[in-house]
Amino acid sequence: MLRTDSVSMRFGGLTAVADFNVQIEKNEIVGLIGPNGAGKTTAFNTITGVYKPTEGKIFFKGKDVTGAKPHHITEMGIARTFQNIRLFKDMNVLENVLVATHLRMDVGVFASTFHLPGYLRKEKQAREFAMELLESVGLTNQTEESAISLPYGKQRRLEIVRALATKPSLLLLDEPAAGMNPQETLELMDFIVGIRDRFDLTILLIEHHMQVVMGVCSRMYVLDYGITIAHGNPSEIQANPKVIEAYLGVD
Amino acid sequence: MNKKNLIRSAIALVVGILVIGLGDAFLGSFAVRILNLSAIYIILALSLNLLVGFTGLFSLGHAGFMAVGAYVSALLTMTPAQKTMNFFLTPIVPWLANIQVPFILALLIAGLCAAFVGLLIGAPALRLRDDYLAIATLGFAEIIRVLITNAQPLTNGAQGLKAIPKYSTTWVVWGFAALTAAFLVMLLRSSYGRTIKAVRDDEIAAEAMGVNVFRVKVTSFVISSFWAGVGGALLGHMITTIDPKMFNLILTFNILLIVVLGGNGSITGSILGAIIVTVMMEALRFLDMPMNLIFFKTNGLPGLRMVIFSLMLMVVVLYRQRGLMGNKEFSWDMVANLRAVIGLKPRNKGGR
Amino acid sequence: MPMELSTFFQQLANAMSLGSLYALIAIGYTMVYGILRLINFAHGDVFMLGAYFAFYAITLLAMPWWIAFAVALGLTAVFGMGLERMAYRPLRDSPKISVMISAIGASFLIQNLGVVIFGGRPKSFPSIPLFDTVVRFGPVSVLSVSLFIPVVTLVSLIVLLYIVNQTKTGLAMRAVSTDLDAARLMAIDVNRTVSITFGIGSFLAALGGIMWTMKYPQLNPLMGVMPGLKCFIAAVIGGIGNIQGAVLGGFILGALEILIVAFLPELTGYRDAFAFVLLIVVLLVKPAGLLGKAQAVKV
Repeated sequence: MLRTDSVSMRFGGLTAVADFNVQIEKNEIVGLIGPNGAGKTTAFNTITGVYKPTEGKIFFKGKDVTGAKPHHITEMGIARTFQNIRLFKDMNVLENVLVATHLRMDVGVFASTFHLPGYLRKEKQAREFAMELLESVGLTNQTEESAISLPYGKQRRLEIVRALATKPSLLLLDEPAAGMNPQETLELMDFIVGIRDRFDLTILLIEHHMQVVMGVCSRMYVLDYGITIAHGNPSEIQANPKVIEAYLGVD
Repeated sequence: MNKKNLIRSAIALVVGILVIGLGDAFLGSFAVRILNLSAIYIILALSLNLLVGFTGLFSLGHAGFMAVGAYVSALLTMTPAQKTMNFFLTPIVPWLANIQVPFILALLIAGLCAAFVGLLIGAPALRLRDDYLAIATLGFAEIIRVLITNAQPLTNGAQGLKAIPKYSTTWVVWGFAALTAAFLVMLLRSSYGRTIKAVRDDEIAAEAMGVNVFRVKVTSFVISSFWAGVGGALLGHMITTIDPKMFNLILTFNILLIVVLGGNGSITGSILGAIIVTVMMEALRFLDMPMNLIFFKTNGLPGLRMVIFSLMLMVVVLYRQRGLMGNKEFSWDMVANLRAVIGLKPRNKGGR
Repeated sequence: MPMELSTFFQQLANAMSLGSLYALIAIGYTMVYGILRLINFAHGDVFMLGAYFAFYAITLLAMPWWIAFAVALGLTAVFGMGLERMAYRPLRDSPKISVMISAIGASFLIQNLGVVIFGGRPKSFPSIPLFDTVVRFGPVSVLSVSLFIPVVTLVSLIVLLYIVNQTKTGLAMRAVSTDLDAARLMAIDVNRTVSITFGIGSFLAALGGIMWTMKYPQLNPLMGVMPGLKCFIAAVIGGIGNIQGAVLGGFILGALEILIVAFLPELTGYRDAFAFVLLIVVLLVKPAGLLGKAQAVKV
C-alpha cells in the first residue's frame, strides 16, 4: 500500500528525518512512535506532500508519488489529520465535513454556482454521506455548531471523519488520542479499528499513548532524532532495549 | 427560514424595489446619482469582499480591473462619431473605430476582459501571500493605469474618454447589484463556495482535504475581477467621463472601506456598507466646500471629507474589527435580538 | 546612438543620488517590516511630514536650516512612535489583514490631514545655498545636495548597522524580529524596542524627505505616495528585513529609473511602472529578495 524508500528530510543543517523506510500492507494498522521532536510529523508531512523529501522516494499503491502536491496525494487516496487540530474555524461541523466531500463530487464552479441538476444530486449524496459519517462519531446533534466550539475530544473525532469524507484508502492520524480522557481513548481505539473494517482502510498513526498504540497496531516503527531505531510488533518493541533507552533517556 | 420571516423578507424586498422606483421617479438628479452610485458600490464591494472576506486574499488591485471594464465597455458602446471626437490628438486604432455593440453585450465583454486580466495577474501573483500579494496586486493595478495612460490610440491616454453613453439607469445598476449579490450567495452556498471559505480558514487543512488551493484562489480572483469589471463599466456609463487618474489607489481604498465597515465576509454587510459610505461620501461633500459657521468662516477644507473616512476606517479596524455585521448575514432573528437588547422585546432564544 | 562619455557620467551621478535617496527611505521600511512583519503603508507619508516640518521650521519659525532640520527629524521620529502606538500596537495580535487595513487607513489619514492643514497647493522649499548650488565637474553638473545625499545615506547605514549589531538595543531588535513572543519571555521590553525601531525608521524617512524636497524643491501632501511605494519595492527587492538589502534595492531601483529614461527615452511614459514590474519579477523569481533568506512554512 505505502512504501517509503530511504526518505530523508533536511531543513538547512537540521536533519529531521533520515533514511526513513516503512512498508505498510493493505488493512494494516501501523504505529509511528518516538519521543517529541523525533521527526514523526515531518515524516507525515513528506508522505502527504506538504514537504518534498530531500532524498528518497515514496510509493503509494506501487506508484511514485514523491513530491506530488498535497491535494493530489489526497485525491490519490491518502487522507490525514493534524497534531494541532486544523478545523475550518468559521464553518460549522457539517460544513467542515462537506468541504472534504467536494473532492469526489467532481463539480465545477459553474455547475456549483448555478445549482445545476447534476450538482444538486451530488450535493444531496454528499450531505447524506457526511451525515452518515457524523453519525458514526455521534455528532449528528451538533451539525450546526461552530466546529471549534466543540470539546477537544469531539474536535479530534470530527477531524477524523472529515478526513474520511475524502474517501481515502490510507489514513494518517497524527496523535488522535491527544487530550482525550481515558474513556474517550478507549472509545477511540474501538473507533479506529471500526473504521478500518467499515471503510476498508489502511491506517498509519502517530501516538504517544502507549495504550492506544499497543492496543490497535499490529506493527510499529520507532523514530528517535529522525532515525528509525526499531520496528516490529508490540511485544518486540516493548522488549527492545534501544526503545527503552530512547524513551527513558538511559545513558 | 420560517414562514413569518419569509413573509418579512418578501415585504422587505417589495419595499426595497418601491423605494428604488419612487426614488428614481421623484428624487432630484443629485439624489438619484447617490442612489445609483450606491448600487455600483454594492457591486464593487461585493466583488472585493469575495477576495478579502471569503477567500482571505488581500488584494489592492481592484481599481485596475474596474479600469479595464470601464474602458472596454465605453469603447464598445460609443458611436464612431463620438470616438472621433474623443481621439482628436491621436486617431483611434482603425479596428476599434467602427465597432459598436449593444450595451448588455459590451458589459459582458467588459467583465470578461477584466476577468481575463485577472487571470493573467492572478496566476503569478497568487503564488504570493498576505502583504506580498497586496503589494503585487497594487503594483499590477498601477501598471494597468500606466499602460492605459500610454496606449494613446487605444484609450486616448491621459485625456480619458468623454461623452460615454449614459446607460446606467437606476434599474440597470440596481438590477446588476441584485444579480451580483445573488451570484455570490449562490456561489458561497455551493460546494465550490465551501472550498473557497476553507481556503480562507486554513490553507493547509484545505489542501489536505483535496482542495486545489491555488486553483480556488485563481478562480475566486477571476470571478472578483469579472464583477469589478462590470462595476467599473457601469460607473463609466453613469458618470460618462473616465480617465486613468480616476482608477487610483483611493478608489480601491473606498471600496475596501465599505467592505471593512460592512463586515469582512458578510454579503449583507457589504450592501449596507456601500449604501452608508456612498450616502456619507456625498452628504459630507459640504465639508470640502467653504463654510459659514455662526462664529467664523472657513474657506473650505478640501480633504476633510477624506480625513473623516480614513478615521472611520481606522476606528472600525481598531475598535470593531468585525464591522457592522461581522461575518454574519442579516437575519430577522438578528433584528429581534437587537430589539431585545434595546429593551423592546424579550430575547429570541435559539435564533441564528 | 553614440553615447557621450559626459552624458554617461551625468546620468551616473543622477542615478547615484536618486538611488541613495531611495536607499535611505527603504531602510525605514525594512526595519519596521523586519521587526513586525508589517508593511508600514504610512512610511511615505511620514517622509512627507518630515519635509513639511522642516519647511515650516524654516519659513514660519525662521530657524536656521540646521536647527530646523534637527527639529524636523526629532518631531518626525516622535510622530512615528506615536503612529505605532495608535495604529499598530492595539492590533499586534490581530489578523494580518486588519493590521494592513489600519496601515492603509493611517496613510490616507496623514495624507488628508496634510491636505487640510498644509493645503493642497504645492509649496516650494526655501533656498539653502549650501545645498542648492550647482557644482561642476567638467561637463558634469550636479546640485550640491546630490553630493550630500550619498554621504548621508552611507553615514546612516554605518550608524544603523552599529546600532543593530553592536548595541543592546540592537540585540533586542534582532531578538524581537526573530520571535516576538520568545523575546517577550526573555524579558525584553518589546513595546519599547518596537517604538525605538519606529522612531529610527521615521527619523530616516524625515531625513529622506528633507533631502528629497531640496533635490526636487516642491512639497505637497501627496509627495510621499510614490517614493513610499517605490522604496517599499526597493526594500522587497533587496530582501525585506535586511538593511544592506534595502540599500542595494534602493540603488538598483534608482539606477534603473534614471538609466532607462536616459537611454531609452521612448519609455519615459512608463517610468512609474518600472518599479512595479521589477517588483513582480523579483517576487516571482526570488520571493525572499536578493539578500533575503527564504522561510519555511510551519505546519
